[in-house]
Amino acid sequence: MSNTTQPKRRSARGNTGGPHVKFTNSAPADSGRPHGKSCDARVILQTKALKKSFHKGKNEIRVLREVDIQVHQGQLTAIVGQSGCGKSTLLHLLATLDQPDHGEVHFDGRRIDNLPSRQRDTIRNRDIGIIFQFYHLLPEFTALENVLMPTLIDQGVFSYWRTRAHAKKRAIELLAMVGLEDRLRHRPSELSGGEMQRAAIARALMAQPKLLLADEPTGNLDRKNGDDVMAILRRLNQQDDLTIVMVTHDQAIAASADRTVQLVEGRVQNSSPGHG
Amino acid sequence: MYKLILAWRYLRTRYIALASVISVTLGVATLIIVNSVMAGFTHEMNQRLNGMLSDIVIEGPDLLMGFQDSEHYCDEIRELLGDDLKQITTTVHVPAMLTADLGGYIYTRQLSIIGIDVDTYAEVSDFAEYVLHPENRKQLSFLLREGGYGLDDDGVLRDDFPEDAGWDYRRRKASWEAAIREASAEAELTDTASEDEAGPVDPYANTLEEAVTFNPMRDQHAGIILGIGIGSQRKRFESEDGKSSEVHDVFILQPGDDVQLTFPTAASPPRAETAPFTVVDFYESKMSEYDFSFAFVRQQDLQHLRGMISSEGKAVTSIQLKLQAGVNLIETRDKLQSYFPADRAPYFRVQAWTDMQAPLLAAVELETTLLNILLFLIIAVAGFGILATFFMIVVEKTRDIGILKSLGAPSRGVMSIFLGYGLSLGIVGSGAGMILGLIFVAYINDVADLIELVTKREVFDPTVYYFEQIPTIIHPSTVFLVVAGATLIAVMASVLPAVRAARLHPVEALRYE
Repeated sequence: MSNTTQPKRRSARGNTGGPHVKFTNSAPADSGRPHGKSCDARVILQTKALKKSFHKGKNEIRVLREVDIQVHQGQLTAIVGQSGCGKSTLLHLLATLDQPDHGEVHFDGRRIDNLPSRQRDTIRNRDIGIIFQFYHLLPEFTALENVLMPTLIDQGVFSYWRTRAHAKKRAIELLAMVGLEDRLRHRPSELSGGEMQRAAIARALMAQPKLLLADEPTGNLDRKNGDDVMAILRRLNQQDDLTIVMVTHDQAIAASADRTVQLVEGRVQNSSPGHG
Repeated sequence: MYKLILAWRYLRTRYIALASVISVTLGVATLIIVNSVMAGFTHEMNQRLNGMLSDIVIEGPDLLMGFQDSEHYCDEIRELLGDDLKQITTTVHVPAMLTADLGGYIYTRQLSIIGIDVDTYAEVSDFAEYVLHPENRKQLSFLLREGGYGLDDDGVLRDDFPEDAGWDYRRRKASWEAAIREASAEAELTDTASEDEAGPVDPYANTLEEAVTFNPMRDQHAGIILGIGIGSQRKRFESEDGKSSEVHDVFILQPGDDVQLTFPTAASPPRAETAPFTVVDFYESKMSEYDFSFAFVRQQDLQHLRGMISSEGKAVTSIQLKLQAGVNLIETRDKLQSYFPADRAPYFRVQAWTDMQAPLLAAVELETTLLNILLFLIIAVAGFGILATFFMIVVEKTRDIGILKSLGAPSRGVMSIFLGYGLSLGIVGSGAGMILGLIFVAYINDVADLIELVTKREVFDPTVYYFEQIPTIIHPSTVFLVVAGATLIAVMASVLPAVRAARLHPVEALRYE
């Protein structure tokens, strides 16, 4: 399945022409297709024999022993496992925030783990959105400025100045989409946990990524806010066909994913096709 | 784009960092103040040093007898220097002792007499500008004037200067002295008369004879212009309540007084010759070195008294040159030195005025350099303050750095945030210092007055410096260098923290709580 209708990259611009505002860069939602993506969709993310160890003094802690996973376009994948099983490490490798000791990460048809750091920075900036358990918003900036940050990082002074109206419009639309239209000028310290996480989702979507990685997105939220965040992620997955890989230890959330990958002691123990 | 925004945002929200640049601000302000005052001081001093001295002095080998054929050498120099030369003159220098009778008390000073050519010397040296009589400033003269001494160009009498200096004073003094002489002669006469019972003697015999040859009511001796420090004393007077004090000049001699000068003749071996002179004016160059040690007389008077006029001509001890403005002093001196080699006849010694004042000029230069080094060290210390503050900010912002990296900010970008931050702190700090320094320099005399008011102590003592005001000169290039140097130090101080920030591993940084 090819993305012939992809908008031009780097145009941080929402397609506001139609009734449905499109927030992601993934393939358009196929209305005829039932929920629960089949395995014949394109593989967008793949790891091959990933290994990663950390050294603490003389001890070597082998966090990932050999991980092979495949994520298909449009899938909502949950990575589950006990604390310390390597879930977060795996996510960091997928996000190119860290590099594996051994093995490969392929994203969108090319190997990304061994790219020069400048190219990995660009991939993180444009193609992969990340949300964290602790939201990680910049405290000195308002919600709107935080959402604009990926565009600010991507563009120079002059190109940003030219497109600032579009970028701002898109950021406001994204914040409205997550229900924060009346919190644009609020600093993170003036937002609740749920609001911060929703602002973080808006920020992750700003550059129209092909892939959204979420590290325990509900881990620090109460049930109600956690459900709100999950509802947004699910809607993005279903309506915009956004590929999401989510680390969680919440079995209920994992159960609602298309597919669950269980990590035990650094290995994939069980990869279920999910509960359609 | 984000780099600018982040650096700006950190600048606005981190006042602790602004506190760390206060030392930069103060350092820059101090450097600008010190350099301006030193430049003003040096300029003022150079002007006075050079003003009294001619640009180049050529001395013969025999400073006592002098040398002949000065006109011939002057012509040679005129030919050699051509248009570079503004004026050339000859002088006779001789050490001397001044003696004055202060009504029974003898006042003695050691000084140098300079015999000058009245027509040309004024163009070689600014000496004529410093004399106290306004007419003498226009046309130098060695004749005592009726009055009007000590007036400035606006006709205002110089502080503490006796109003009646000149012929008025001389006549008054002469008649008073005559009266005393008369009284004592009469007393003597009565004494002898009572003792010897001799016949009456004409009591005016001697006085009359003297009056025929020289009448101080009417005549003057050869004129002499004294340095103001030779004839006066600058003293500080406490007010009656003892709370404030003022500086006043006390004049021991004044125009109209007669003095005796004792100096060596040009014979071999030299004899001491004593001759009377009449003080016809003072000069005040405000360089105490000159004002306390030089007296000017007419060259022909001195040549005559010292026996320097012979059948061969008139001898002089030195030739003095004034160059046109903009002519390179040192090059011209070297040219003359090679024309008059020191090891060949006539064994002339060629010196620029800077050579004669070299120790003083070198001392001032050294002082300026040392002050600059010390003050830059202070700014360097301020740089370490910035370094420490920045390390703190990097630690504090570790998580933010992780966030930026996770959003795709490259290491180089993170580094430039902190470098830009350091640059803007440097610009803010040194800019504020520049403004502060310039304002301080503009109002430095008011500041000095204020300090005097508060501490009741004179900050800038005119008895020491001879300046009424603190002189300042602002060289834009110096200000620019100071500001640029301080900014550079701030940037350099931010390099290490910036590199550290850039090297932070995003995963580690994000885990940081």
